[in-house]
Amino acid sequence: MSILVYTESENNKFKKSALEALSYSRALGDKMNESVTCLAINCNDFSQLKQYGADKIIDVNNSSLEKFTSKHYSEAITEIVKNKNIKIIILNSSANSKYLGAYISGKLGSAYISNVVDLPSELSPFLVKRTCFSNKAFSTTEIKSEIKIISVSANSFGIIEKAASSDVQQMDVKISSSGFNIKKIERQTGSVTIADADIVVSGGRGLKGPENWHLIEKLADLLGAATACSKPVSDLGWRPHSEHVGQTGKPVASNLYIAIGISGAIQHLAGINASKVKVVINNDPEAPFFKAADYGIVGDAFEVVPALIEKLEKRAEQ
Amino acid sequence: MNILVCISNVPDTTSKINFVENDTKFDKNGIQFVINPNDEFGLTKAVWMKESHNANVTVLTVGEQSVEPTLRKCLAIGADKAIRIDCDAKDGFSVAKEIAHFCEKEKFDIIICGRESIDYNGGIVPGVISGMLDYNFITNCVNLDIKGSTAEASREIDGGIETVECDLPLVVGSQKGLVEESDLIIPNMRGIMMARQKPLETIDAQNFETEIENKSFHKPEVKKEVKLVKANEVEKLIDLLENEAKVI
Repeated sequence: MSILVYTESENNKFKKSALEALSYSRALGDKMNESVTCLAINCNDFSQLKQYGADKIIDVNNSSLEKFTSKHYSEAITEIVKNKNIKIIILNSSANSKYLGAYISGKLGSAYISNVVDLPSELSPFLVKRTCFSNKAFSTTEIKSEIKIISVSANSFGIIEKAASSDVQQMDVKISSSGFNIKKIERQTGSVTIADADIVVSGGRGLKGPENWHLIEKLADLLGAATACSKPVSDLGWRPHSEHVGQTGKPVASNLYIAIGISGAIQHLAGINASKVKVVINNDPEAPFFKAADYGIVGDAFEVVPALIEKLEKRAEQ
Repeated sequence: MNILVCISNVPDTTSKINFVENDTKFDKNGIQFVINPNDEFGLTKAVWMKESHNANVTVLTVGEQSVEPTLRKCLAIGADKAIRIDCDAKDGFSVAKEIAHFCEKEKFDIIICGRESIDYNGGIVPGVISGMLDYNFITNCVNLDIKGSTAEASREIDGGIETVECDLPLVVGSQKGLVEESDLIIPNMRGIMMARQKPLETIDAQNFETEIENKSFHKPEVKKEVKLVKANEVEKLIDLLENEAKVI
């Protein structure tokens, strides 16, 4: 056994990004002629793991792992790595997995590499392609440590079906009792998160004030999208920090990113560059965002967005 | 209370990114280097704790002599002491090992590093330090409250905020939200003058072997020109997104 992929789940359902990490692992396993083992923690419906090519599934059910902590999850993973002679650990790029990757790296003394966007171009030396300089460049990077920890960038590799007949093995892991207590988790309600969204609708200062955000929310709602904002908007307190996307905010790697009233400062573009298709709506034809976008409308957001909403509502009715 | 803030010296956020020597090295020509923004939020928080918690704040960087102006700026902002581990910082993993090795001898109650640097975006340093030292760890940290030897800290998770309670020593991956952008301290003349008197110590590196090596760099392909749709024909945009881009 060589490749271990931690398939992150939430409410007994694997995350889309976990299936992408599995697809990556499957392709890597085929390239290296190695088997792929999934680690499922407190998630008992394995049909998707079989659908996307897991050779083996390690099924860990443990009440100490009910809530994620990097400490406890790393204990489970490092135990499996040692027992099963794992050489490559694959993670998705969620906030939790990135938190975990660096911590396991310290625990195992093995190199961790984030933001990987493609399969290794060579296996010896082991060369991966990753993004750096806030998506303004790619690097080809060699990982030399015996055990390699890789986190796959969201929406970079894709989800590829490949059915397999997976062996399921239940396993007990020892989890220490540590003085690390989760006191509370406050979740935004009723909205898609930026990290998991296929579509993100984002507003900038061009919207003139928080009272106009219903336009962004309505459009996002119609598209099943997450809402986001530019840095000035979060600095002004119009929207929470958690919605700020850009170099010092959250990165966005959605299929579609719609920027409304955002001029497109270099720091903003850096944060959203990994999105596949970008749309800009801005009344200033000179806004730098038009150079970065695939589609654009030069026009007043207060006219264009309501018109878009109306057309999309009609489309939904059809 | 002793706080260590680890500082990375990075190109200013507006920098144009280019590469030299056959695309193997970042082109530093004409680049203004600054404190990594994620580190600066952490440094500001640490400086606040000098007053609120009687903390002693040390800043540390792993790098060559050319990074010293950035350390002086940290001293001008309010750190008490600066340390430079002398080597050419090649990758985040070996940098983290240098810092962890240093912290085995010099004990700190809190070690703050930016959640990631804005140049190589590795996001590895705080996690590796905490893993190696077996300290508690919280990254993407947006709130930190210390009472005695206990920390209450919050981190951004996908779609929310999680608050934990844990014992010190603690490694913190800092980001915006730990303090606000408007809270960042711009050094005044007095701070700059005082910084000249503060200790800046250089210590030898362990020179751990590099296990992550950037072999070459390249920039994304130049984007095709934007397709414009008239403001009174928004249905065309919907059609393009549906049938050409196939994203809705």
